[in-house]
Amino acid sequence: MSEQLFKVTIDNITVEVPAGTTILNAARKIGGEVAPPAMCYYSKLQGSGGKCRTCLVEVAKGSEKDPRPMPKLVASCRTTVMDGMEVKNITSDRVLDARAGVVEFLLLNHPLDCPICDQAGECHLQDLSYEHGKVGTRYEFQRRTFKKHDLGKYIQLHMTRCILCYRCVFTADQLTQKREHGVLDRGDHAEIATHIEKSLENDFIGNVIDVCPVGALTDKTFRFKNRVWFTKPVDAHRNCDKCCGEVQLWMRGDEVFRVTARKDEWGEIKDASNGKTGWICNDCRFEKKKASDWVIDGPSKVSRHSVISQGHYEKLVKPKETVVDVMNGSQPHLFLDIHDVSEVNKPTVTLSALDRPAHSTDFGNQ
Amino acid sequence: MQALTQRAKQVNRKPMTFMESLYLPSIFKGMGITFSHIFKKNPTIHYPEQQRPFSPVFRGLHVLNRDEEGRERCTACGLCAVACPAEAITMEAAERLPGEEHLYREEKYAAKYEINMLRCIFCGLCEEACPKDAIYLSETFAPASFARKTFIYGKPDLLIPDKNKDPEGYAKAKGLAN
Repeated sequence: MSEQLFKVTIDNITVEVPAGTTILNAARKIGGEVAPPAMCYYSKLQGSGGKCRTCLVEVAKGSEKDPRPMPKLVASCRTTVMDGMEVKNITSDRVLDARAGVVEFLLLNHPLDCPICDQAGECHLQDLSYEHGKVGTRYEFQRRTFKKHDLGKYIQLHMTRCILCYRCVFTADQLTQKREHGVLDRGDHAEIATHIEKSLENDFIGNVIDVCPVGALTDKTFRFKNRVWFTKPVDAHRNCDKCCGEVQLWMRGDEVFRVTARKDEWGEIKDASNGKTGWICNDCRFEKKKASDWVIDGPSKVSRHSVISQGHYEKLVKPKETVVDVMNGSQPHLFLDIHDVSEVNKPTVTLSALDRPAHSTDFGNQ
Repeated sequence: MQALTQRAKQVNRKPMTFMESLYLPSIFKGMGITFSHIFKKNPTIHYPEQQRPFSPVFRGLHVLNRDEEGRERCTACGLCAVACPAEAITMEAAERLPGEEHLYREEKYAAKYEINMLRCIFCGLCEEACPKDAIYLSETFAPASFARKTFIYGKPDLLIPDKNKDPEGYAKAKGLAN
């Protein structure tokens, strides 16, 4: 096949993409608000997409040769572009209405326990419902609950938050030696689980945490330790023989609270410097929780619309203390050293060193 | 030049008349006003024995609320801390262990929760941010003190007493004692 470029117009912006590109990827090429949101499609995972319906768009003109519009809204992650296609995303009221409906459906059984959830602040469902959702719910019934499954010491499963996007299933299939979890049962009872209580400990299985668009799969070693917006994201790397070793550390002071892969503007794992997708191994993610394990490259760029940017961690170097110079070498007189009184962030209690969530026993005598 | 306001008055520099230079009529007039106040209602009250009612929107000392069963409502979500313009609130969260269900409402709770009352400006944004109805600004004051270290309020100071076990302490913390 020769390099055939198709001209496609999305929200009145024309872009040329190779044949076979999906509408979603063409819109991402334009970027910004034109790109439809996606909860299940993950460009780094083969076969993902087509399940959540949040990326529905209206095709106002099929192609140059067949200009009829498509009768129904189409899932842009699964529909490839045609030459001369005209797509309406945010300029179409039908799309916005349908998307609000999809969000309502996704939130039907979602517990909305964001105050407890570790994903809050970087959750795609949270962003989606803020942008496209309605304020209230019309659902009057009990939200579904599940028997709790233990997925081992690394990964915490909250099935009530799951939206069944199948991303974690594809990740386990495509990255690990053997997939041990999957979607059991059907319909309303469908749930992510292992068949008869196995723990997920295959190498690279930790990436299911990064691909999960909601807080259904979270890092057990980071569980409840801190809110993401109080930690500072820092790009770091180490020499790892299993993975690229290029990660993002979520630090507070000199403590490493969490290690994740680096994400791009669509919330997907970035390509590493060797050109491959930057999946990281379980060792890097769960075992290397010391600042000395890593070479720090610099603070990560965080979108200023994200709550994570509230800490304004743009610089790593502390500004120089000038009081001593001005006062002819005498130290400033402190009226109160906060650590003498405060019980929070005590130097004797290092939460980041725990490989499990903190319990009441970890804080000494109350 | 035109004056900026209408309030400027010319000073009267006329010499005093004979009656004015006696001063006595003015003195008696003034004493009359003073004397008449003896029969008026006293506007002051004897604080702290007596206390004035608070306005319903008064923003006083914080309390951490409990639910109907006496469990702590706070889940350490950090929204009060991120909303706080004075950065007075800090916390550390912990996971609820089996057997602690009667103490904490949700599976995550604030193991440590501190408000630095030296920093707090009593704006009430923490109360507005709280998604769990856990923090309220009560109708009491933060007591004065000479030592700075007494102004770091931890969870024992902030947590409201259980309504069922200690109704008096509960009313006092809410500011409804009188």
